[in-house]
Amino acid sequence: MDTLQLLISGLANGCVYGLIALGFVLIYKATESVNFAQGDFMMLGAFVTIGLTNAGYMGLPFWVAVPISIVIMAILGYLLDRFVIRLMFGESQTAVVILTIALGFVIRFVAGVIWGHEPQSLQNPFAGKEVAFGGLVLGMEDVAVIVVTILLTWGLYEFFNRTKLGLAMQGASQNQLAAYYMGVPVKRVQGFIWALAGGVACIAGILFAAKGAVDPNTGLLGIKAFAAAVIGGFGSLPGALAGGLIVGVIEPFAARYIAAGYSQIAPYALLLAVLIFRPHGLFSQVRVKKV
Amino acid sequence: MSLLELENVTLKFGGLTAVDNLSFSVEQGEVFAIVGPNGAGKSTVFNLISRFYTPVNGKIRFDGHDLLKEKASSVANFGVARTFQNIELFEHATVLENLLVGRHRHRGSNFLTELFFTPSVRKQELQNRHFVEEVIDFLDLQAYREKRIAGLPYGVRKVVEVARALATDPKLLLLDEPASGLSVEETTDMRWWIDEIRRQMGITVLMVEHDMGLVSGVSDRVLAMADGARLALGTPSEVQSDPAVIEAYLGKAS
Amino acid sequence: MRIIFKTDYMQDLRPWKDGYQLSLYLILIALAVAAPFLIDVFFLGELTNVLIWALAGLGLMVLTGHTGQASLGHAAFLAMGCYANIILMEAGVPFMLAFPLAGIITGIVGMIVAIPALRLHGIYLAIATLAMSILVDDIIVLTDHWTGGVGGKFAPPVNVFGFMIDRWGTPTAFYYLTLGVTILVTLGYINLLRAPLGRSFIAVRDSEVSAQAMGIDVSRSKAISFGVSCAITGLAGALMGLFAGAFNNETFSVVISIQLLMMIVIGGLGSIHGAFFGAIVIGFLPQFLSISKEWVGALFGGSNVAIPGLEFGIFGVILIVFILFEPMGIYGRWLKIRTWFELFPFYRKDMFKRQKSYLKTERLR
Repeated sequence: MDTLQLLISGLANGCVYGLIALGFVLIYKATESVNFAQGDFMMLGAFVTIGLTNAGYMGLPFWVAVPISIVIMAILGYLLDRFVIRLMFGESQTAVVILTIALGFVIRFVAGVIWGHEPQSLQNPFAGKEVAFGGLVLGMEDVAVIVVTILLTWGLYEFFNRTKLGLAMQGASQNQLAAYYMGVPVKRVQGFIWALAGGVACIAGILFAAKGAVDPNTGLLGIKAFAAAVIGGFGSLPGALAGGLIVGVIEPFAARYIAAGYSQIAPYALLLAVLIFRPHGLFSQVRVKKV
Repeated sequence: MSLLELENVTLKFGGLTAVDNLSFSVEQGEVFAIVGPNGAGKSTVFNLISRFYTPVNGKIRFDGHDLLKEKASSVANFGVARTFQNIELFEHATVLENLLVGRHRHRGSNFLTELFFTPSVRKQELQNRHFVEEVIDFLDLQAYREKRIAGLPYGVRKVVEVARALATDPKLLLLDEPASGLSVEETTDMRWWIDEIRRQMGITVLMVEHDMGLVSGVSDRVLAMADGARLALGTPSEVQSDPAVIEAYLGKAS
Repeated sequence: MRIIFKTDYMQDLRPWKDGYQLSLYLILIALAVAAPFLIDVFFLGELTNVLIWALAGLGLMVLTGHTGQASLGHAAFLAMGCYANIILMEAGVPFMLAFPLAGIITGIVGMIVAIPALRLHGIYLAIATLAMSILVDDIIVLTDHWTGGVGGKFAPPVNVFGFMIDRWGTPTAFYYLTLGVTILVTLGYINLLRAPLGRSFIAVRDSEVSAQAMGIDVSRSKAISFGVSCAITGLAGALMGLFAGAFNNETFSVVISIQLLMMIVIGGLGSIHGAFFGAIVIGFLPQFLSISKEWVGALFGGSNVAIPGLEFGIFGVILIVFILFEPMGIYGRWLKIRTWFELFPFYRKDMFKRQKSYLKTERLR
């Protein structure tokens, strides 16, 4: 029973990683670049929601604040693409990575100035409530996190593989020029994807802040989520979620069964192992360059 | 003995047979051209010789060496140099630096002597420079010597790639579509150069080319390919009048 | 307008183009040697710090700037160099031996790390090295028997040719030690770049396929690049530890790794100058900020408020501006300005134009 409890809380943590990883994969799928600031997006989303909801700030009702913050983050994502990332059109992947890392620095700084450096948690209707399944007692937040994550992943997966826009996005990344010729509005598609990633990050942030507390440095969680995305195989949405769950579960178990110090190490050790033995993640999608 | 021999070489990508039981040999001192429609496997033959791909069966021998036993980076050391269909130059280096990289196979120095730039390294570098300057003179690249590749026009890049291959001082030069994308004047220059490379430098040339004017102008023998297999082999005029070749290009007369 | 007439191949083989350039570098070295007499102890310490960062930047520049392998984990090698140096000294090895050994050990570890890393490209390599940096941070804590863990270690004074040197007691001597190491490493770096090995690095960076076709063993070149890069970084780490006086796992956290990469990007990837320019920005930014904060404070009559994270925020903005508008870094900008003066009035705006290409994925689906 104890192990099960550990598993569930690990899964709930893993869902948050998975959601951030989802953001990485979304942007990677559509633009072939990596947004290292995704974790900072999540942190910012959490703070925006806190700013709207919490009694100390604006004090809006929770269910009003949530959609507003998601929209705000989506707009922010779009603007970022429009005015910063788009200038990088045609630059190398690594340049975009470095750019987004720098962006993360700036976001953390701005969040610190606005909301301070004290950890804060989101006041939400689930707080403190519990659900009992048989003999198992689960926090309401944990259940909400798991349910929302599964729904979101499924929705995005369907969107990418079934709708015309979703397929256009994949095309836009695989061969920009050809996508242009086929009438795919590549730039608009990219803007949309960044908006989507902003929204997903905001949802991740809300879930994270409901479960625990955020401070500006929470954004660094993005690194762990990135590890999750790579473990799951970049470019696959269910893979990202799976990677997130693996990382989320492995942490408490390593701490429990090896030693406390190892919970930090375990995800990265796993990541290195995956990279060494399957250099492109568990679901490989890369082939050698053709000449 | 022929300089380069391919014997029953077959390469498959998944279910697709890219090269199908192909055999041919290139003699010392000749210009040998491979022609064929797109997707016939011409560039793939080059990539096999360069050891980027490993055939499922068959033999590739060069100058008495079994190339299939070697790794890709050793092929150049036997004296095989090549160009690429979609130019693969070192973009952020100058023309001179690109050509000096071509001298790499003659490197006699090691990490420590290079770290201290001993007189022997200095001597080697001066010799390299002398050799490279001869190539620059030969291909009229003086004006571009210190220019970065990134800003050069297409036609010049094509020539720089040939120059880089020549800088390795090869026995066999593989030219992958040397005239594609070149203007009429540039193609005429290229034709003259290929002739000179063979005549003056004594380098054997194996090339893939679509421009039949260039092919019949410079090559001694031509191999026509379709679907990875050999269609015809002979002098340019023989191959051009071969019914199988005409059929592959123009389709079956009905 | 200055024109260089070339009459001899040696002109291209020497590290300087002509007497004018040589004299500029000599003046710079003379200034560096005279620095302790020109500035006070505080700024001398800052200058030492800049030199150590420049040395670390040179290390990463070999790998990222010249071989094109982005590493987000070089703090791990800084740590390795630092701990190797101190542990060797504690075991009774004299500094003059322990210091180069620390570099060599780190270099060998780097080559071993390179073996699995060779299969990784671009972003995957960056993330693998990032993971390694985080792991090393934790490993230092776990192996506290040797490393002192979170409690850290203290650097003893070191003996160089009979002089006892320590950061606080003899700052001038420590500065000269750092300057000497930096100059020697820079000279070695210049030598490698004008020899076949350096050219093979550049070849691997720009096109692995054609490097192979030219007879360059790509894996071997990358492994050597890793080794050289890590050895230099190890030396920088050893100096960094001595400079800090006391250090623990946090001295070499993953943030330092990221900062190091950002630094050489700002300075200008693919040039030795870039490492120095970047180090100047990193080293003097905190000073610059505190001075400008005083100014602003005096202007508005307000008190000095400490804003946490300001440094990183400003740093991030600088970096973004550079990547967007001057991807070649400070060195690139400097080259443009210099060319403008040299060619006046014939400079054209598109002289440094780069080719942009459409993205074409190497993914299958």
